Amino acid sequence: MHAIYILWLRELKRYTRSRAQIIASLGQPVLYLVALGFGLGPVFRNSGNGSYLQFMAPGVIAMTVLFSSMFSGIALLWDRQFGFLKETLVAPVPRVQVMIGRAGGSATVALLQGLLVAVVCVIAGFRPVNLGLVPVGIAFLALTAVVFAAAGTAIGSTLKDMQGFQMVMNFLVLPLFFLSGALYPLDNLPPFLALLTRIDPLSYGVDGMRAMLIGRTHFGAALDAVVLACVGVVLMLVGAWRFNKIEV
Amino acid sequence: MIKVEHLSKLYGDFKAVDDISFEVAKGEIFAFLGPNGAGKTTTIKMLTTLLKPSSGSISMDGLDPVRQHNEVRKRFGIVFQDPSVDQELSAWENMDLHGVLYHVPRRLRHERMEQLMRTFELWERKDSMVKTFSGGMKRRLEIARGLLHTPRILFLDEPTLGLDPQSRNHLWTHVQHLNATEGLTVFLTTHYMDEADRVASRIAVIDHGRIVAVGSSAQLKEQTGKESLEGAFLALTGTAIREETAGAADRMRQAARMWSRR
Ligand SMILES: Nc1ncnc2c1ncn2[C@@H]1O[C@H](COP(=O)(O)OP(=O)(O)OP(=O)(O)O)[C@@H](O)[C@H]1O
Ligand SMILES: [Mg+2]
Repeated sequence: MHAIYILWLRELKRYTRSRAQIIASLGQPVLYLVALGFGLGPVFRNSGNGSYLQFMAPGVIAMTVLFSSMFSGIALLWDRQFGFLKETLVAPVPRVQVMIGRAGGSATVALLQGLLVAVVCVIAGFRPVNLGLVPVGIAFLALTAVVFAAAGTAIGSTLKDMQGFQMVMNFLVLPLFFLSGALYPLDNLPPFLALLTRIDPLSYGVDGMRAMLIGRTHFGAALDAVVLACVGVVLMLVGAWRFNKIEV
Repeated sequence: MIKVEHLSKLYGDFKAVDDISFEVAKGEIFAFLGPNGAGKTTTIKMLTTLLKPSSGSISMDGLDPVRQHNEVRKRFGIVFQDPSVDQELSAWENMDLHGVLYHVPRRLRHERMEQLMRTFELWERKDSMVKTFSGGMKRRLEIARGLLHTPRILFLDEPTLGLDPQSRNHLWTHVQHLNATEGLTVFLTTHYMDEADRVASRIAVIDHGRIVAVGSSAQLKEQTGKESLEGAFLALTGTAIREETAGAADRMRQAARMWSRR
């Protein structure tokens, strides 16, 4: 237990110490909010969908969590490069605990970053419709963070060097984001796109958040929770399995 | 304590470790000497569960590192050849993290951390981020950290690389002390023959993945008819710098191999 805690704490320390990085990582969400939120606002409203800012804010928050958790999961590669990974791999601690500590830390960092962006959204004018449901919305966010931190750890354990990293970003993380319904409603999509959005775990994270924050849902909050929990468990198992296989 | 039989490691077609066998007794200080690329680190990685052997068997305190990795990991400590500290944490935090991972109780952990950091002159800088340390200070931290818990077997892979003479002296004094008082088994590699001569009770010379000689420093000198361990080492492994396959050196190695087949 102590081992999990100390490795979790390490991720948190590294996060809170990199102030410049925290600020920098706010740039992208703010850009989406301003450029798209205000830019597409009129079109969205005229088509009878209400405020676009309200609609997209949960999507942007989820995006932040996706990027942050995937990124810090894959940061395992850096630890491999700088050598620290070895230190944790030979320690007399079951590797599954090492993996849980790391992934838990990544998820926590991602959640914090998501909450920070949520604050920015509120400043920009976003208002949750029911304050009582906000904690449940945060729970959905946390679940999303766990899912992608586990995925990131599994990927980071599998990649051998930095070259693969760019591939993962372009061919996995960006599609996960754009196919999640973070930026557009999932109703009345062409069938192939509807299918893709349905197999994207992030869709359920975004949908669950929207259900709680603006009372609008595509799949239903219960299904969202079940899908996220199941995918989370599966990815944790895959992550633990991949992590166990690491050789340096 | 360590028993290795017909151990090999292949990277593709390349044999980094080629059918080696040796034993290290409990309480022994065993030095593994060999030119760059001889296969020392690869062997250590296999012994310490970081790498799966291609073939052969290993027994560490009676346990198999491949199948019983958790049990094996409880028994050894290691100072790696390559850096393995977290640069974004302070020296203290690195030590503390290590102590927690190795289940050293808090009180004892903090006591030993202070003592070791004073010995290796890191105490004044204990709260500085490791990335601000000089190369030698980072190295000293790796060593202090490796000595924080008391394992049964200690692996030291070129621990003195880049260290000043004072720190080297501290390290070997400390290691010899642990060996004498606690019966610690030590497996070390170094490129400094004087160190091996000073601390090792037995030495194996490895070249191109094969063990070419095993024995005490005196035995190796006698075997080769040289005055110094350095002379013996060069006689056994040739004078050519590695990666250039020189015919003469190869012949010498061939001879050395015949020699070692007692
Ligand atoms: N991951 C790897 N892939 C391919 N070849 C490798 C790998 N790791 C090591 N080798 C090769 O295996 C051989 C043995 O390497 P090793 O690191 O064990 O040498 P060493 O005896 O520790 O040398 P040094 O004194 O330079 O540390 C070298 O020729 C090296 O190039
Ligand atoms: Mg080496």
